[in-house]
Amino acid sequence: MNLNWQFIIDSLPLYREAAWTTLKLGFWGILFSLMIGFICSIVLYFKVKVLKTIVHIYIELSRNTPLLIQLFFLYFGLTKVGIALTETACAIIGLSFLGGSYMAEAFRSGFEAVSKTQIESGLSIGLSKTQLVRYVVLPQAFSVSIPSIGANCIFLLKETSIVGAIAVVDLMNVTKDLIGMYYQTLEALLMLVVIYLVMILPLSLILTWLERKVRYAEFGN
Amino acid sequence: MHKEANEVLLEIKGLFKKYDDMTVLDDVNLSINKGEVVVILGPSGCGKSTLLRCLNGLEKIQGGDIRYRNKSLVDKDVNWQEIRQHIGMVFQNYELFSHMTVIENILLGPVKVQKRDKNEVMEQANQLLDRVGLLDRKDSYPRQLSGGQKQRIAIVRALCMNPEIMLFDEVTASLDPEMVREVLDVILGLAKQGMTMLIVTHELSFARAVADKIVFIDKGKICEISDPDEFFTHPKTERAQHFLNKFQY
Repeated sequence: MNLNWQFIIDSLPLYREAAWTTLKLGFWGILFSLMIGFICSIVLYFKVKVLKTIVHIYIELSRNTPLLIQLFFLYFGLTKVGIALTETACAIIGLSFLGGSYMAEAFRSGFEAVSKTQIESGLSIGLSKTQLVRYVVLPQAFSVSIPSIGANCIFLLKETSIVGAIAVVDLMNVTKDLIGMYYQTLEALLMLVVIYLVMILPLSLILTWLERKVRYAEFGN
Repeated sequence: MHKEANEVLLEIKGLFKKYDDMTVLDDVNLSINKGEVVVILGPSGCGKSTLLRCLNGLEKIQGGDIRYRNKSLVDKDVNWQEIRQHIGMVFQNYELFSHMTVIENILLGPVKVQKRDKNEVMEQANQLLDRVGLLDRKDSYPRQLSGGQKQRIAIVRALCMNPEIMLFDEVTASLDPEMVREVLDVILGLAKQGMTMLIVTHELSFARAVADKIVFIDKGKICEISDPDEFFTHPKTERAQHFLNKFQY
């Protein structure tokens, strides 16, 4: 197999820049997803009237439609009604819209795993509702949710690969351009795979480490 | 054991409790004096545990009154967070916080709820842990302890709040037989110190040894309240006789 190494070296700067874009999108997407997910799960856990229904509708809408279509709506659809967002903004909003519902479900499963008797035990030593949530419910919920939260983070970072469809110059987009211009298909794709691995593997390892640390108390190793 | 000044700590008057259509407690009247050990006996599902849970504000009641130091606990504006610091409770399944070490479990209430000095509580916790023979387990997680150990820790956790009354809800019911004793010994020790206690149990010989007063409940009603020796030798009601017979082989 003869790889064109000169081509690989020459296109490195382009990839580096695109990787940076992908990481930024991933970072903001994951961060907002966590925030949205957390708020939604709190609404569901405390069964807040009206908001609860809105959250349910949001979750179903977000989980049962493809990200690509959500992005098209944000990028092409909203322009038609006079809201013009930059492609980066659309990408981050799209990712957060999708990720938020996945994170909400992850958090919710954690909340639901906290047993009623642990809550009563907290009440019996005089904890207030806020203290109960802070010292008992959240830590226990988190240690149950953390594996799915981690999986969602990786999933979202990988999902960034379709934002090229709305003209964001991410890794996928750069790769397609290079293939189109130079026909160095194999080299371009190989670099794409390697760069995704270089980004996601450390994230995976960090998450595994975090998971162990958080779950040690309740589940051991 | 102790019958000191007849200062009434807890008074239950005409307590009525139902789940949906099922009446669980029906016109329960009982008063507990300071330093008194009251053991509640009765067949499964008779409402014993529910009664204890009502006294800790874990169940809403539909009628009657519960008074602690002559203050009603039925009013809407009752501050249970305050009351629960005086009425400690230990559960059948220990319910230590699974994500915290033993010492963290014990410190949580005194430090966060009662805002006491951490070092002072730590000292008290060490003493109590030492007394139940578990000082060396203070940095363990609950999953690393046996049932009997967990239950002794749960008792220490409740005691560290310096409660005036302790409620024990079938605290040995989930334990292996050889671990029952270590927990009962701790409770017996508390009785000797004059702790006011309300104990729900199925351990009859323990009940006889520890109780100042036996309350026998059946189908949500108090059938009899007697002196322990009298209850075990000459139960007044037929239902109590029937209940006691079931325990004899």
